[in-house]
Amino acid sequence: MADTQLTKKYFASNAEVKWCPGCGDYAIMNAVRQGMVAAGKPRDEVAIVSGIGCSSRFPYYMETYGFHTIHGRAAAIASGVKVGNPKLDVWVISGDGDSTAIGGNHFIHAVRRNINLNYVLINNKIYGLTKGQYSPCSEMGQISKTSPYGVIDYPMAPLKVAMGLGATFIARGLDAKMKLSEEICIRGAKHKGFSMMEIYANCVIYNDGAHKQLVDKAEGDNHCIVLRNGEKMIFGNEEQFCLVQDGFAIKAAKVADVAEADILVHDETNAEVGTLLAGMRPDNGLPIALGIIYAIEDKKTYDDMVYEQLAAVKAKRGRSVDDIMREGHTWTV
Amino acid sequence: MAENAKLTSAEQIVVKFTGDSGDGMQLIGNQLTALAALDGNDVNSLPDYPSEIRAPTGTIAGVSGFQMCLGDHKIYTAGDAPDVLVAFNPAALKHSAKFVKAGGIIITNSDSFTEKAMTKVGYESNPLEDGSLAGYDVKAIPMFTLVREALADMDMPNPAKDRCKNFFVMGVLCWLFNKQQQLVLDFIQEKFGPNAKKPKIQIAEANTKAFKAGLNFGETTIMFQERYDMGAAQIEKGLYRNITGNDAAAIAIAAAGHKAGLQPFIGSYPITPATDLLHLASEFKDAGLVTMQMEDEIAGICSAIGASCAGNLAFTTTSGPGLALKTEAAGMALILEVPLVIVNVQRGGPCTGLPTKTEQSDLLQAMFGRNGDSYMPIIAANSPADCFDATFQAAKIALKYRTPVVVLTDGYIGQGSCPWKVPTMDELEDLTPYVNFWKPEDHPGEEYVSYKRDPETLARDWAIPGTKGCQHRIGTLEKDETGAVSHDPMNHHNMTVIRKAKIDNLAAVLPEAEINGADSGKILVISWGGTYGAVKGAVDRLIADGKSVSGVNLRWVWPFPPNLGEIISKFDKVLVPELNMGQLSLLLRAKFLVDVQSLSKVQGDPFREYEVIDKVNEMLGE
Repeated sequence: MADTQLTKKYFASNAEVKWCPGCGDYAIMNAVRQGMVAAGKPRDEVAIVSGIGCSSRFPYYMETYGFHTIHGRAAAIASGVKVGNPKLDVWVISGDGDSTAIGGNHFIHAVRRNINLNYVLINNKIYGLTKGQYSPCSEMGQISKTSPYGVIDYPMAPLKVAMGLGATFIARGLDAKMKLSEEICIRGAKHKGFSMMEIYANCVIYNDGAHKQLVDKAEGDNHCIVLRNGEKMIFGNEEQFCLVQDGFAIKAAKVADVAEADILVHDETNAEVGTLLAGMRPDNGLPIALGIIYAIEDKKTYDDMVYEQLAAVKAKRGRSVDDIMREGHTWTV
Repeated sequence: MAENAKLTSAEQIVVKFTGDSGDGMQLIGNQLTALAALDGNDVNSLPDYPSEIRAPTGTIAGVSGFQMCLGDHKIYTAGDAPDVLVAFNPAALKHSAKFVKAGGIIITNSDSFTEKAMTKVGYESNPLEDGSLAGYDVKAIPMFTLVREALADMDMPNPAKDRCKNFFVMGVLCWLFNKQQQLVLDFIQEKFGPNAKKPKIQIAEANTKAFKAGLNFGETTIMFQERYDMGAAQIEKGLYRNITGNDAAAIAIAAAGHKAGLQPFIGSYPITPATDLLHLASEFKDAGLVTMQMEDEIAGICSAIGASCAGNLAFTTTSGPGLALKTEAAGMALILEVPLVIVNVQRGGPCTGLPTKTEQSDLLQAMFGRNGDSYMPIIAANSPADCFDATFQAAKIALKYRTPVVVLTDGYIGQGSCPWKVPTMDELEDLTPYVNFWKPEDHPGEEYVSYKRDPETLARDWAIPGTKGCQHRIGTLEKDETGAVSHDPMNHHNMTVIRKAKIDNLAAVLPEAEINGADSGKILVISWGGTYGAVKGAVDRLIADGKSVSGVNLRWVWPFPPNLGEIISKFDKVLVPELNMGQLSLLLRAKFLVDVQSLSKVQGDPFREYEVIDKVNEMLGE
């Protein structure tokens, strides 16, 4: 039957999509559907949990089980869904406000537990649904309705935070690079553990040009690097730049100025370098890292450990509820 | 000599233990509770400890207490004024002597009455010698000296020997109350002996010796003129154990999951005085109970809601401030219409308030503490043992009506203990009929519609993820019957009416309230939750005195039992004693337009029977 073929269309619901024309979320939804195809679960074994925000309308547009919940708490709710039924493929769709402000606590602990969720953080550096206030990911000086004279909060780097928490998969995409976002969602979907996928998106209404430095046709590729495992870290619109070691840090250089052997090769299992890559910013003279920055598979997931422990205690103590009720001193009247 | 101590029969005895908070007062209290229960007495107990784990030793602030009442008849509370106080040091004596019944026994450790210890709590002279305790029967026992003598041949440092004084006291009490020593000896072996979870052979031996020294002390001194014997209480036949309310609720969670055929799940966060529930439940992995200790209260309830959405039988456990944090998520469970049980072990408030003390001041929070019109059923446990049934019943209603249900217990019944008639799993109600997941094979030719309802219960059809072909979206925005987001004004009106009606209709199927006493008269005393025991005891005594008084206990506090209005209408006056400023009174006044009188107490301490009796007599003009 055609509708059991795992295709992007198979995962699309009939609901009318109500994002603004030109919103970055459209491209990301397409990538997430590709990820679900790759994960290979039928749609009735997929659950999407979202919080509150523009991106959190996502579940309505997907022909899966979907839970549109409350602001900031999607990670905690999804953790319950996954532990409640570990057979489900569980996705969280969140925004920068939802994940890093009100939901910061749940986000960091979900990463820390390495619970097997696919977590998509759509970062447009603004609160869109409430019509344009700055978020913890907004840039210094950014003008918004609540920062008419410029933001004076230092921005958060969610992927760097995730590395500090022992993340097992971090990747960054960009709405304009559709193919890359698909690759990320496919790898993230297949990764066993917490898949942290930050995808930069534009907000055409309240933060148009949120990532214009990266999407600029002429200059954009000079400010970002697409990392590929095992390949040299070379970037630039003419592949004229590269990354090299600089003491305990990384610096950008011109390919022409360094020995080929000095150009760093991306190793997605290197946590120390991964942390440095996650924190790179153009204002430090470094490109934004895109692609799969860090991925390891050998760390147990929380949900697996829950059930391993249940089985181990069952084997060792093996009490029934009747046994438990009769523990301690009992007497008969 | 022992012959000097006359054996007197007693109907009930109230015992209070006080000492430093690190001194094991709860342990010794629970041991005596178990000993009395094993001997056939009915027992009720109330722990009373400070919020600091180890407040400075020897200070009033660091005094930890445990009160219990044992009797040869049904015992409803931990008793009024203690007949016997065991105060382990000057601070404990200073803290508790004033509560003791006139002429009551005070047992204390005279070795602890050093100059320094007495000065610390403001005794200018030794109260054991200066006559200030003349109204009491003081038994000053040099416990450290006697215990060290008894353990003279053991290779242990003196502080370790001194810790055995609790079992020495158990020996004295075992003799004083004519209990079977073998039960204590068995207990020591069980706790410390070679087959214990963590065997401590030397401690087992030392405690055994100290216990026997205590027994012998009672036998051989002339300090006690009387000892007490108590017959067994008339109790329903069956297997019993002593249990705290928190432990009973934890077991009920495992039991309800199994009876529903669903994985039981607790998403929670530690908070006093609910933590013990989570402690015990965390041990039930072998019985398939999943516990997630989350990063905060909000995540606790959210993970539970997630697990519920995935088809588990989900619970979250908390206390007042935690319930406040869970507010928005509780509303989420309500508008999603998924089953959830919220167990709230109430404590003194507002805000951090009195974490270790009991209160009933979360009733209005449970009732109204959410945005929007958001009613949910509230059940109140009325004793430690009843926490089992209340939690189990809450799970049933949550499943049957697809709604969050609040279980209100409190610090008193959560941490207090009493005998529990242990059911078998076979005896408990089968909850599987209430699960009733929507599956296509049960509805040939039908499409799943997520907010289509059972016409009788108004519970919605519920399909869980993993059900073939039933994929759908639900959310916290207002929706229509199909689950699609709807901002239509009349739809919102109708959905709000339905959500309220679902809870209101529950009243019709709840058990009717039962009257203790005549069904009409001058005064009706209404109890709920933890006030049940004191009100029941007080009303029984008032009735025995020929007063025109009856009592009613509310199991379900919302909705009210169907016959409550009729009952109330047949009494001249209604009295509601509550550990708050009149919260149930407010609801009763609003619902029944009746001039309810409130007896408020917010002292971190449950009602005593005499307080209720005094108030009733005042209302009767007597």
